[in-house]
Amino acid sequence: MNELRPMPLVKIVASLVLSAAFTVAGSAQDQAPDVGPHPNVGRSQMESQIGGIVGHSDSGRVKYDYVRYCAGCHGTRGDGNGENAAWLDPKPRDFTMATFKCRSTPTGMLPTDEDLFNTIGRGLVNSNMPPWNTFTRQQKADLVAYIKTFSPRWQKEKPGDPIPIPPEPPITIESISHGKYLFTKLECWKCHGPQGRGDGPSASTLTDSKDQPIRPYDFAESSKDSRFKCGTTNRDLYKIFMTGLDGTPMPSYADIIKPADAWDLVHFLRVLQVHRPGRENEILAAAHGEIPPYVEKPDGQKSQAQPAIRPPSGMGSE
Amino acid sequence: MYIGTWSRRIRVTFCFSSVALVILLVLGEVQPAHALPAFARKYGLRCSACHESWPMLNYFGQKFKDNGYQLMNDRDSPIWQNPSYWPATFRITPIWHRVSTGKVLVDAYNTGAAIPSTSAITRVTSSGFDLSGLDFHTAGTLEKNISFYVLPSSDNAGNFHFETVMARLDNVLGTPWLNIKLGKFELDNLLSEKRILTLTGNGGIYQLYHFIPVGDGNIFGQIGDNQLGLELMGHSTNDRTRYSASILSSSDGQPGLVYGANSYSGFFTASQAFDVGKLGVDRIGGYAMIGDAPTQWLTSGGTPLGGTGIGNKSFHREGVVGQFYFGEHFDLQVVTQHGWDNAWFGQGYGDAIDIPGTLNNLPGTSLPIGSRAPTWNGVLVEPHYVYSPTLIFIGRFETIRMSQQATPGTPLNLGDITTYTAAVRYNPFMTSRAGFAWHNEYNWLHQDGTGPTLGLTPSNVNSSEFLTGFDFAF
Repeated sequence: MNELRPMPLVKIVASLVLSAAFTVAGSAQDQAPDVGPHPNVGRSQMESQIGGIVGHSDSGRVKYDYVRYCAGCHGTRGDGNGENAAWLDPKPRDFTMATFKCRSTPTGMLPTDEDLFNTIGRGLVNSNMPPWNTFTRQQKADLVAYIKTFSPRWQKEKPGDPIPIPPEPPITIESISHGKYLFTKLECWKCHGPQGRGDGPSASTLTDSKDQPIRPYDFAESSKDSRFKCGTTNRDLYKIFMTGLDGTPMPSYADIIKPADAWDLVHFLRVLQVHRPGRENEILAAAHGEIPPYVEKPDGQKSQAQPAIRPPSGMGSE
Repeated sequence: MYIGTWSRRIRVTFCFSSVALVILLVLGEVQPAHALPAFARKYGLRCSACHESWPMLNYFGQKFKDNGYQLMNDRDSPIWQNPSYWPATFRITPIWHRVSTGKVLVDAYNTGAAIPSTSAITRVTSSGFDLSGLDFHTAGTLEKNISFYVLPSSDNAGNFHFETVMARLDNVLGTPWLNIKLGKFELDNLLSEKRILTLTGNGGIYQLYHFIPVGDGNIFGQIGDNQLGLELMGHSTNDRTRYSASILSSSDGQPGLVYGANSYSGFFTASQAFDVGKLGVDRIGGYAMIGDAPTQWLTSGGTPLGGTGIGNKSFHREGVVGQFYFGEHFDLQVVTQHGWDNAWFGQGYGDAIDIPGTLNNLPGTSLPIGSRAPTWNGVLVEPHYVYSPTLIFIGRFETIRMSQQATPGTPLNLGDITTYTAAVRYNPFMTSRAGFAWHNEYNWLHQDGTGPTLGLTPSNVNSSEFLTGFDFAF
């Protein structure tokens, strides 16, 4: 008869360790990325509509143009991993995410074809994306359609409607004063800095949606030609903070401030561009460079301009 | 007997050496280049973003150049670059080529004779491995809106000269319509010879840009040569509309005030591009060079003295330029030229400094009776088939026809040129770091009446060259 003997402790421990190891390994395998070469999945054909021009992602020229002009940074797969991407700051846009900074549509929505079209022609200041205004309108329209093939979002969702932009009210010292008040109240200065130099206390901690460090816009440095990331005009500036720059820490303020307040903020931001000749700085100069303090009234009405006093340290014009 | 054989060998060697020397000089003179991986490295763009095929610019590259080597994206100032970045690039091309020149006058020998008994005309063909010259480019921005370009260039024996040295104030007063360049630079030719896609001795230049009638002494009207001067240039933001006006020393780019005492030329261009939908952006424009250059020189011991040239006589060149794109693969570049030189140049007065024996228009000199201003017309047509940014097929046809000779009775076709060039360039990679092309080319050139004269009729010259090589820049 065989004698039933207890299992040695060593074997028990070994079994437990092996079991644990296989469990962990299995779990790790579940969490592991999809390694190996990706199959070359055919992308759906897309179109774009720019005024009377229809762009096609399968036009004879567009792939040629994309490879020639775009793929070095954005990658042949549109994932922002072109051969130059490692050297660029900020990183090229990842078209597979279909997240775009410059839009006329509410935050979280896809941009319109015209938004992408304008971005190609305008370029993105403070980045390596130049203005590709040498292309024909047809070339740009085709590229817009081609860019849309990189993400399935374009097949599932429709672009949002452009946000309404009311007419710009007159620029006054009161609107600048109120804008300055909002700049403080909304804590814009925490990123953009008290003087709009992009050196606020949070500036060094900011990252984009791909965890890449990102710098806030420096109004003072970039003021000479008045270019913002998404345009040059006051309307463009209004649009930036009412739509937000998706994929960056810059949120949309559409649900927080009223359109009239937004225009006041625009007027104040313009005076942060201290070297820019413009109506806002003329008005500020007429006020001897002093922004009168804004006094919030109980009924929400704007205050009248108060006798000029020196703005708080680090705020206002120089 | 031994001495005779040795003497014959020396003479044959001398003849071949002379031909080879001419070929080498021609090759040394036609350094194309000006593709700058340094720019691609700075901006992180592929070569193909700016070059239709390296080194020829596309429309975007032309705009980049017109902006003062700036993308206008606020990263143009060197302060944005890593301090170790230095915008330098070299380019050189090791090649194998076969050159065949018809109608070369050589000595003929009877068997065993030590002294040539007579002359003969023969074709000289030689082949072998060779080099181009070296271009060492450094260019970019010194500050936002101040750009520069310095290009020491050598022939294939390593003898350097300054091909380009210039600084440019870009976007003066904040407008792209005002850019001022000073130094030695390429004229604002829409079809740039410095970015030519061909490399052979005769095909590596545009004959139209360097044409000089037979017997003419005016070297100063060569629009393909970089010139010393001041250029005012402007363009629209998207570069659709361009103009330039330059005032140049009539020195053909030679520094040192070696020619005229007070001789200047002007070079003017204007062009407009059109959006033609699916075809692309096409451009048409015109150019004119109007100037004067000396014909009279002070002498010392009979030798003309540099910097003393007076007795300026005029010349002009003008033409139209078309750049026609037909979709993504095919384009056609067209340049025409009408040329006119003063009759004094036509009779051989002009550059007496470099060309010994050139006539000197000393006081009391008069032109031969009936002397006329030589005139000519020419056209070059250069089609490209860009299969992909890495593979391009190039063709070229050029013809130049004299419409009036300086001396009545001279055959009207004397000096006429017809040339064909075909080439294919393959770039195995396309990055922002370097450029490399496997280049293959054939050129055939025919010129009327410039061969040696046997009997009464001057002979025509046919030359050809096949070239293959690795053209690279880093």
